[in-house]
Amino acid sequence: MPNMRLTKNPMPSQDPVVRAGNFSEVALGYTEEMALDEAQRCLNCKHKPCVSGCPVRIDIPAFIHEAAQGSFEEAYKIISLSSSLPAVCGRVCPQESQCEGKCVRGIKGEPVGIGRLERYVADRHNAMESVTVEKPASNGHKVAVIGSGPSGLTCAGDLAKKGYEVTVYEALHLAGGVLVYGIPEFRLPKAIVQKEIDGLKALGVKVETNVVIGRTLTIDELMREMGFEAVFIGSGAGLPKFMNIPGENLKGVYSANEFLTRINLMKAYRADSTTPIQHGKAVAVVGGGNVAMDAARCAKRLGADVTVVYRRTEAELPARREEVEHAMEEGIHFCMLSSPVSIEGNEQGWVKSVKVQHMELGEPDASGRRRPVPIEGSEEDMPMDCVIMALGTSPNPLIKSTTEGLETQRWGGIVVAEDTGKTSREGVYAGGDAVTGAATVILAMGAGKTAAAAIDEYLSGSNA
Amino acid sequence: MNRILEKRSLNPTVTLMKVEAPLVARKAEPGQFIILRADGNGERIPLTVADFDRERGTVTIIFQIVGAATATLNHLKEGEFIHDFVGPLGRPTHTEGLKKVAVVGGGVGCAIAYPVAKKLHEQGAVVHSVTGFRTKDLVILEKEFEAASDLVCKMSDDGSWGEKGLVTDALKKLIESGEQYDEVITIGPLIMMKFVCALTKNYGIKTVASMNPIMIDGTGMCGGCRLTVGGVTKFACVDGPEFDGHEIDFDEAMARGRMYQDFERHAYEEACNLFKEAE
Repeated sequence: MPNMRLTKNPMPSQDPVVRAGNFSEVALGYTEEMALDEAQRCLNCKHKPCVSGCPVRIDIPAFIHEAAQGSFEEAYKIISLSSSLPAVCGRVCPQESQCEGKCVRGIKGEPVGIGRLERYVADRHNAMESVTVEKPASNGHKVAVIGSGPSGLTCAGDLAKKGYEVTVYEALHLAGGVLVYGIPEFRLPKAIVQKEIDGLKALGVKVETNVVIGRTLTIDELMREMGFEAVFIGSGAGLPKFMNIPGENLKGVYSANEFLTRINLMKAYRADSTTPIQHGKAVAVVGGGNVAMDAARCAKRLGADVTVVYRRTEAELPARREEVEHAMEEGIHFCMLSSPVSIEGNEQGWVKSVKVQHMELGEPDASGRRRPVPIEGSEEDMPMDCVIMALGTSPNPLIKSTTEGLETQRWGGIVVAEDTGKTSREGVYAGGDAVTGAATVILAMGAGKTAAAAIDEYLSGSNA
Repeated sequence: MNRILEKRSLNPTVTLMKVEAPLVARKAEPGQFIILRADGNGERIPLTVADFDRERGTVTIIFQIVGAATATLNHLKEGEFIHDFVGPLGRPTHTEGLKKVAVVGGGVGCAIAYPVAKKLHEQGAVVHSVTGFRTKDLVILEKEFEAASDLVCKMSDDGSWGEKGLVTDALKKLIESGEQYDEVITIGPLIMMKFVCALTKNYGIKTVASMNPIMIDGTGMCGGCRLTVGGVTKFACVDGPEFDGHEIDFDEAMARGRMYQDFERHAYEEACNLFKEAE
């Protein structure tokens, strides 16, 4: 008999006041007791609506069924059939709009805590001492993967399991892509990412850091001179977008990418780091996505009074619900229906204030969301000493400009066939933010998975 | 990990290192840069390529010890390894079709100006090099410039080397004497480049300046290296590092370059103390 309680087991978390002063993980994870109890809330529906909400189609009722019996390792095996990074996804997926959004239990009451269970199962597996990975026998085919973020790691993992000799090229000095430079430690501990990467290495995947494809090597060299038969481009998002308003190049104005990279990749929050970061007193973060929440919460932890400036309302915030809630609990202010029109500086060229214009919601635009319309004469000066722009990115031009015949969209995203990730170049596949523009970890993983299957079909076909 | 094959002091604060980096050496062109981390906990330091040897697979870097990160780098010895070394980044200097060029270098910027002068010289262009240093003790690459130039103007602030005066004085004299350049290429402190560009603008001579702003990844991700060129925001790492000098907002670039001055000074003092204790 399932547990018919209407509410999820709440996630044990660090106290908001305490955690706003440290970078340790906020959500502490279920205990075994909580996991068993939560798993028993699943009705094990025959039509499995939750699975249709999962970009990598994890057999959710099946893994929860195992978890409910206490067979957590069996549950892990079921998740691993579909997902290569369960400990990561359990933490960063927007479950409310995916699996949990479709859960039958959510019609009356709260859905099953699928993400929390996934995290519990993955953490429990990762905590086991001797998990032996067997390196599969090589099938003799070489594949290069560009970028070691979620799409690249997934693609590499899937191919390695099938016996492909995979080399991952990473431009930075550390593998993990957005999982290490973007998502902060308090949301995704870096040890978890490292564990996933070590797992791939155990499968035989080679990871070459400090190689910029498009500069150090080109795709043509990989394929013509170095013997790679197929290439997957998972190079991620690119140049940060700015608003093109006056004052954007003042000292104290960051892109969220720069601010987060200094903190996450370069550990600027630690006393022993040699990387500088401004410890603002009053910080404005412009934007409403996950990146904006991450930047705001990092700034808070560095001691600032933080305000998120967003042009629509709370209902339209694109960030994961839990991140918004956490940010609010931590005392971050939200200035909704507002958009900066200029940034003013002091005599030394540092940010002094931000002038915002207030908005009201008009008719829905192409995205289906109601368009913010400026209210004349509503400008207001907000004293700030630091501004972080979290407005998304436009694709990196390096690969496009050095790979002849690689078709891209007008805005720069690589053109692919949706069901395979195949690009206009023979043997070249792509996925993740390089194709879609800024999106989520799980969508990038789904794309890496799709491409891995297509590359396998392409190369095993060429074998026959 | 990249081995340091050769290390030499060019002056008390400037060091040359020849580094084993075959992949970078294969592709490097004058004007491009690399990013390195001296140790596993270090800052990412962008440095312009000073020279390269494709056959031997080596890249030469020349750096001034200005802060904690460069002090740590300078502490590495011949035979030891630089933890990370990535490149070549940025776009190469455009030299195609240039017949007569003035290359204006100031201070450690001469380390970057030199490979440009060398490449132009090798392709048969007439090269006039104008090099400036504060004082005689800081002079670097004197012989190299002589070998790669048809004319070298040597300037020093105090007159202890070559002529007393600024590089702009020498450049002005050359232009006034009737020398006609297809282009002026300038690399050095921002304030020097600003005045070189202001001078050549009066004469309508196309001028390219090599920018070295604060950056982290160097591949077009962080946006820290942005600057305003012709009223538009550009990223030095992927759009540059060289830009039309008459369009660059130098004042803004100078302000941005000082963003972490206090932090850097503090970190440098700490690093110096650490090294002193170690010795």
